[in-house]
Amino acid sequence: MTAQRPTPTPRGEEAVYFNHAANRELVFQRCSDCDRAVFYLRTLCPGCGSESLEVTVSSGLGTVYSFTTQYRAAHPFFAADVPYTLVLADMEEGFRLFANIVDRAPGDVHIGMPVETIFDPVTDELTLPRFRAATAGVPS
Amino acid sequence: MSISGSAAIVGAAQVDVFRTEGRSPVGLMAVAVRRALQDAGLTLADVDGLFTSSSYYAMPTLTLGEYLGISPTHVDSTSIGGCGFIAQLAHAAAALQAGLCTVAVIAYGSTQRSDAGKLVSMAEQSVYELPYGLIHPIGAFGMVAQRHMHQYGTTSAQLAELAVSARQWAMLVDDAPYPTPLTVDEVLASSIIASPLHRLDCCLVTDGGGAIVLTSAERAADLRSDPVFLLGAGEAQNHRNISQMADLTTTVARDSSHRALSMAGVALDDIDTVHVYDAFTISLLVLLEDLGFCAKGEGGAFVGEGRLAPGGQLALNTNGGGLSYTHPGMLGLFLVIEAVQQLRGNAGRRQIPGARLSLVHGMGMTLAAHATAVLSATPQA
Ligand SMILES: [Zn+2]
Repeated sequence: MTAQRPTPTPRGEEAVYFNHAANRELVFQRCSDCDRAVFYLRTLCPGCGSESLEVTVSSGLGTVYSFTTQYRAAHPFFAADVPYTLVLADMEEGFRLFANIVDRAPGDVHIGMPVETIFDPVTDELTLPRFRAATAGVPS
Repeated sequence: MSISGSAAIVGAAQVDVFRTEGRSPVGLMAVAVRRALQDAGLTLADVDGLFTSSSYYAMPTLTLGEYLGISPTHVDSTSIGGCGFIAQLAHAAAALQAGLCTVAVIAYGSTQRSDAGKLVSMAEQSVYELPYGLIHPIGAFGMVAQRHMHQYGTTSAQLAELAVSARQWAMLVDDAPYPTPLTVDEVLASSIIASPLHRLDCCLVTDGGGAIVLTSAERAADLRSDPVFLLGAGEAQNHRNISQMADLTTTVARDSSHRALSMAGVALDDIDTVHVYDAFTISLLVLLEDLGFCAKGEGGAFVGEGRLAPGGQLALNTNGGGLSYTHPGMLGLFLVIEAVQQLRGNAGRRQIPGARLSLVHGMGMTLAAHATAVLSATPQA
């Protein structure tokens, strides 16, 4: 029996994020009152308390803040992917995104390396942003 | 009105701290509660405050109260991960001072080892992290370690020193599960689970039940055991998900510990024994920095040269802690119990002579929640 994919149940503003991802857009929010980049999507700015948050499309470009290569799977679904590398990237608009990196072998990822976001439609309902290596400063 | 010195731990017990035979999580809690009450010279009929937290039971005070057959007047199931029990020391002291209860029990139980090493958790995962296969918690701690190494030059061999020192302490405990020495090379040779962390950078996976009993300092004077007084307590929290932790190398442990030390009116230099949550070598190293035992970034150099081993500079996790003695899912209560053993002079071969003042620090989840307590053998420092 094949293990089932761990699938989120997005609600409210969470669904907005995944709906944009399905359209190949990585979104964050910009606070209209304090200009803060807000991520994940919220109903309230954690910087100033404002409810005026504007959903904004990101360039998808960032640099690796940290990473880990897992030699065990978190869930039977990922067993065939081991080892796989998970990345925290600081995006150029000023928020941090967590995702796996798809095109680099273990040992070939380092802090500070540029990444870009790609979109993987894993099911009819779910598209996941993922990372791949990028050349610094060059849009995809 | 401060709670400092107003409450005391009058009973403590732990049971089946490596592997249980035939006890459920709540069954372990119940046995620990009874033995802690016996230690205090009290009975279940005296308990009117019930404090617990659990990965097994969504409403753990109902579960434990029903199992024990008691009807407490005040309950608290603070859910902030493994440090919840340390936070509950202050919650219990405040409730005792306010007259909401007169005898408070804090209890925990887990069969994580018997459950074949699967981390039992009811905790939901963020929709933004769940689809990517991050192992909670070691994947997050791998990212913490990677960043610490990048920023400060910390090495895997330095992290391994923490596991080696913990094993040396554990070898002074009569029922230690692994009573043989560990070397840095052995840690480095163990398999990598989430880079750069090895299997032996991780805590043990054990069963275990624990309980402590608190009452007012006034009433404690009439009881049979040597009371351990709560002089200071502090809490702090920073995030829920690792992707929201802005600086992976720095925690708010410094805030909770500052609050606890200020309340107690003591300084770090006054502390005789230190009990810090050691789910992983890297989490312990970061916490030692944030608690102020060394400067930020200097943890790697600090933890070597036997400074943390028996006879070293710092009496840290004197029973081997989570890395080498017991870690049944949530560790916080067992740190408190070891501090109580030291302050009562009951710590056998690992006893720190004349220990009067202990600092206990716990974290919850991935360096997210923090609780610090200052415990004392005397009503004032
Ligand atoms: Zn704002």
